[in-house]
Amino acid sequence: MMKILVCISHVPDTTSKINFTANNLKFDSSGVQFVINPNDEFGLTRAMWFKERQGASVDVVSVGGPETEPTLRKALAIGADAAIRIDTPALDGYAVASELSKIAKEGGYDLIIAGRESIDYNGGVVPGMIAATIGASFVNNCIALELSGSNATAVREIDGGKETLSTSLPLVIGGQKGLVEESDLKIPNMRGIMMARKKPLTVVESTNTEQKTRSISFEKPPAKSAIKMVDAENIDELISLLHNEAKVL
Amino acid sequence: MSVLVYIESENGNFKKAALEVASYASALANQTNSALTAVVFNAEDCSILAKYGVDQILNVQTTQDFNAEVYADVIKQAVEKEHSKLVVLSSSADSKYLAPMLCVGLKAGYLPNVVSLPSSTIPFQVKRSVFTNKAFEMTEITTEVKIIGLSNNAFGLVEKSASASVEVFEPIFKTSKITVKGIDRATDKVSIADADIVVSAGRGLKGPENWNLIENLAEVLGAATACSKPVSDLGWRPHSEHVGQTGKPVASNLYIAIGISGAIQHLAGVNSSKIKVVINTDPEAPFFKAADYGIVGDAFDVVPKLTEKLKAFKAQNL
Ligand SMILES: Cc1cc2nc3c(=O)[nH]c(=O)nc-3n(C[C@H](O)[C@H](O)[C@H](O)COP(=O)(O)OP(=O)(O)OC[C@H]3O[C@@H](n4cnc5c(N)ncnc54)[C@H](O)[C@@H]3O)c2cc1C
Ligand SMILES: Nc1ncnc2c1ncn2[C@@H]1O[C@H](COP(=O)(O)O)[C@@H](O)[C@H]1O
Repeated sequence: MMKILVCISHVPDTTSKINFTANNLKFDSSGVQFVINPNDEFGLTRAMWFKERQGASVDVVSVGGPETEPTLRKALAIGADAAIRIDTPALDGYAVASELSKIAKEGGYDLIIAGRESIDYNGGVVPGMIAATIGASFVNNCIALELSGSNATAVREIDGGKETLSTSLPLVIGGQKGLVEESDLKIPNMRGIMMARKKPLTVVESTNTEQKTRSISFEKPPAKSAIKMVDAENIDELISLLHNEAKVL
Repeated sequence: MSVLVYIESENGNFKKAALEVASYASALANQTNSALTAVVFNAEDCSILAKYGVDQILNVQTTQDFNAEVYADVIKQAVEKEHSKLVVLSSSADSKYLAPMLCVGLKAGYLPNVVSLPSSTIPFQVKRSVFTNKAFEMTEITTEVKIIGLSNNAFGLVEKSASASVEVFEPIFKTSKITVKGIDRATDKVSIADADIVVSAGRGLKGPENWNLIENLAEVLGAATACSKPVSDLGWRPHSEHVGQTGKPVASNLYIAIGISGAIQHLAGVNSSKIKVVINTDPEAPFFKAADYGIVGDAFDVVPKLTEKLKAFKAQNL
């Protein structure tokens, strides 16, 4: 049976206010709701389809501290079979990808689904690094995926269009909306949540990979100057402002 | 030592974003007292690159379609040949695709979404945009070879008068298990990634049949069209037009938002656009708080007028 691994990054909900503490050295997580990274949720749902329609086991994995466990439990409630948490803070893309590569390799997964990017640090680096590390094929910005035996057909979003690719397993994708639609996303039901409690969540030690980048500090963008309102009857004024003041026309 | 920049071309030509990356890399070469080498694939005429500060051009000839794995490996060979310690890439879909593979190949640290020149080169620290443009992070790359991806429209074009030498570079092409079956690219349209101006509309437009208003305005402006997430979820517009936190980022000079409320997830994707104009019937729409210019009005009334007036303006100012 096909083995699928879905990489789950645990990120602030999209409505979160972004603030920093300790002299702008750290992200302020107080009062912030964490969720499955939206790109990963599309990937997880696609994985459930493969499981239901073609037969597959689906494991989810996250690199992070105990605070990521509710997010992994949610993935189990959506239908994943087992969860793995690699017990180390996610400090940089390379270190995270190294940890995930080890799991991917040792677990003998055929398909590794990650997201195009996580919406916190927006690296967009982890999936490609896993692929290069374990020697699997890689399709980024993946908006459609079909599997037949060990062959895969994938569609990738490119600037201004899309590209259809054919390849073979093992495969890593950087997925996004399109893999499934918004309306296909599953909200875990009571039964799923009950079952998730009994599913295995294994905590594994980190391999202490070195980082290649290091966070120094954060800052917020400067406050915006006030908006200028233009009367709907006076469109010439808008054009003149855009031309003379903003210099964008 | 040299700084190495990967310059993308499409059908042999360079787009603005590619020349912007050259401009940035040239300033970086200056800052580190190095020469600037560009790797290009199948370019017909490279002379324009000298104008943006490139000293040496490695022109790779291949009949192969873009393949991220293969291209990453060719760039790696160029980096090794030139003993480059700094590699500069763009934020295009292709560059972001090959970058992580290049990193692993070169055992290099990589930072995407960089918005300015390094504040210090030893240690190497640059500012990049994080949390979908809601904040910036100063980050250090600690490896010997460093790769940075420049955000679109973060640096601009800087012209110089210089000359460049073109060298034939014959790398080894590795084999890849990925083959391209087909490319479906709208060639008559400006893509969101390349556009100076983006005209975007939301649920306020009521239905797909009204998008001719948006397309007409975009045509007059030479702009790309975009939309909010519900509009693409409803199937009114293709997914590729959806902008925001979970869609495409927009870093244009001008973003015109029509009938879009300005939800936080939408704003996250347009924060790095320079000037934002909002047209909305609701004076309380949150987008007005994040914009530079606003009109409270009905899109069905304002947009056709704006289109006509812009047509006249363009005719006069040509
Ligand atoms: C996890 C998550 C991720 C999300 N990601 C994104 C994202 O990436 N991008 C995104 O866009 N959204 C995203 N959203 C959705 C977001 O929260 C909003 O629901 C969405 O942006 C609203 O779209 P809208 O402004 O088109 O529609 P609405 O909120 O319905 O707003 C329509 C606007 O049109 C105005 N209007 C109505 N009639 C007219 C008229 N005749 N003329 C002018 N104006 C008119 C109204 O006053 C209103 O302000 C996300 C949501 C979630 C939960
Ligand atoms: N800490 C993490 N644990 C598990 N998967 C991760 C982690 N960070 C990133 N990923 C995966 O890699 C994708 C891209 O993340 P990034 O490279 O951080 O933008 C995410 O969508 C996840 O699928």
